[in-house]
Amino acid sequence: MRALLLALLLALTPVAASAVQPDEVLKDPALEGRAREISKDLRCLVCQNQSIDDSNAPLARDLRVLVRERLTAGDSNQQVLSFVTDRYGDYVLLRPPFKATTLFLWIGPFVILAIGGVVTALYLRGRKGIAVAAGGDTAPLTEDERRRLDALLRKDKA
Amino acid sequence: MRRLIYLLPLLLFVGVGVAFLRGFDRDPRDIPSALIDKPAPEFSLPPLPGYKEGLSNATLKGDVTLVNVFASWCIPCKAEHPIITRLAREQGVTVRGINHKDKAEDAIAWLNRNGDPYASIGVDLDGRVSIDWGVYGVPETFLLDRQGRIRFKHVGPLTPQVVEEQILPMVKHLRSAS
Repeated sequence: MRALLLALLLALTPVAASAVQPDEVLKDPALEGRAREISKDLRCLVCQNQSIDDSNAPLARDLRVLVRERLTAGDSNQQVLSFVTDRYGDYVLLRPPFKATTLFLWIGPFVILAIGGVVTALYLRGRKGIAVAAGGDTAPLTEDERRRLDALLRKDKA
Repeated sequence: MRRLIYLLPLLLFVGVGVAFLRGFDRDPRDIPSALIDKPAPEFSLPPLPGYKEGLSNATLKGDVTLVNVFASWCIPCKAEHPIITRLAREQGVTVRGINHKDKAEDAIAWLNRNGDPYASIGVDLDGRVSIDWGVYGVPETFLLDRQGRIRFKHVGPLTPQVVEEQILPMVKHLRSAS
């Protein structure tokens, strides 16, 4: 019973779809793992928003094979990535590198958040200032104000 | 003066709107090449069997050269073929070809049918040299200076507009420069 349940659960587990064909897979599982990791960071330039690990495009396949070849030849992950970016530019990386040209991309959101925070703080402080200048929110009504309020309320009842 | 601050969201909206509008004109397929102003990658490709000579770095030096990556199975290649032929015949530009993942007999039949403007053609059967050139879809066209450096790249079929506005001025400039 338990085995059946386990089998059922396993059958229902969503498996991340990958385009890697059986004939591409390396014999060494450690190397294959690294290849998969690198492939997930490399953009398929034909479909653009898929990694080469997900894409069925012929170029993606060629690049997957190339990545595995470089790894088998003894390249480090970084060496493989720079091999590809030397040919296709930074655009091929799904995670843009942190450098001068991508500075705004990386820190832009934080700058905008900081500006928003400063503007909000100034606004809140300004509002408080107005309230204080007017004698505070809870200042009692003057005699004149009370009389006008009573008149208005009486008018409403009538 | 204080009122002006209420215009800020409108200005922001217009700014973002203009930025997005410009995006419509941008071709997402057009990715800047990493190889501009770099020497052509080291390579050597065999010729089509019994057909002219092949292609290697040595053949690319000495003259301003247009390198065109093509295949007989590629429809846009056929569309740009008359334009490339005119560049070679009328403007005297040296055009060399990289035949990308093609069957030799298909490529030869295609050239016999459509005419052959290429001074020489290298066969890239497995697409490996194309990867070295940063090719991600045929057709792609490169313009190289006399030293064999890549100076310009166009992705997709050449159009009369690209030839008039970009390639011919560049050819003229590169010929006079060196």
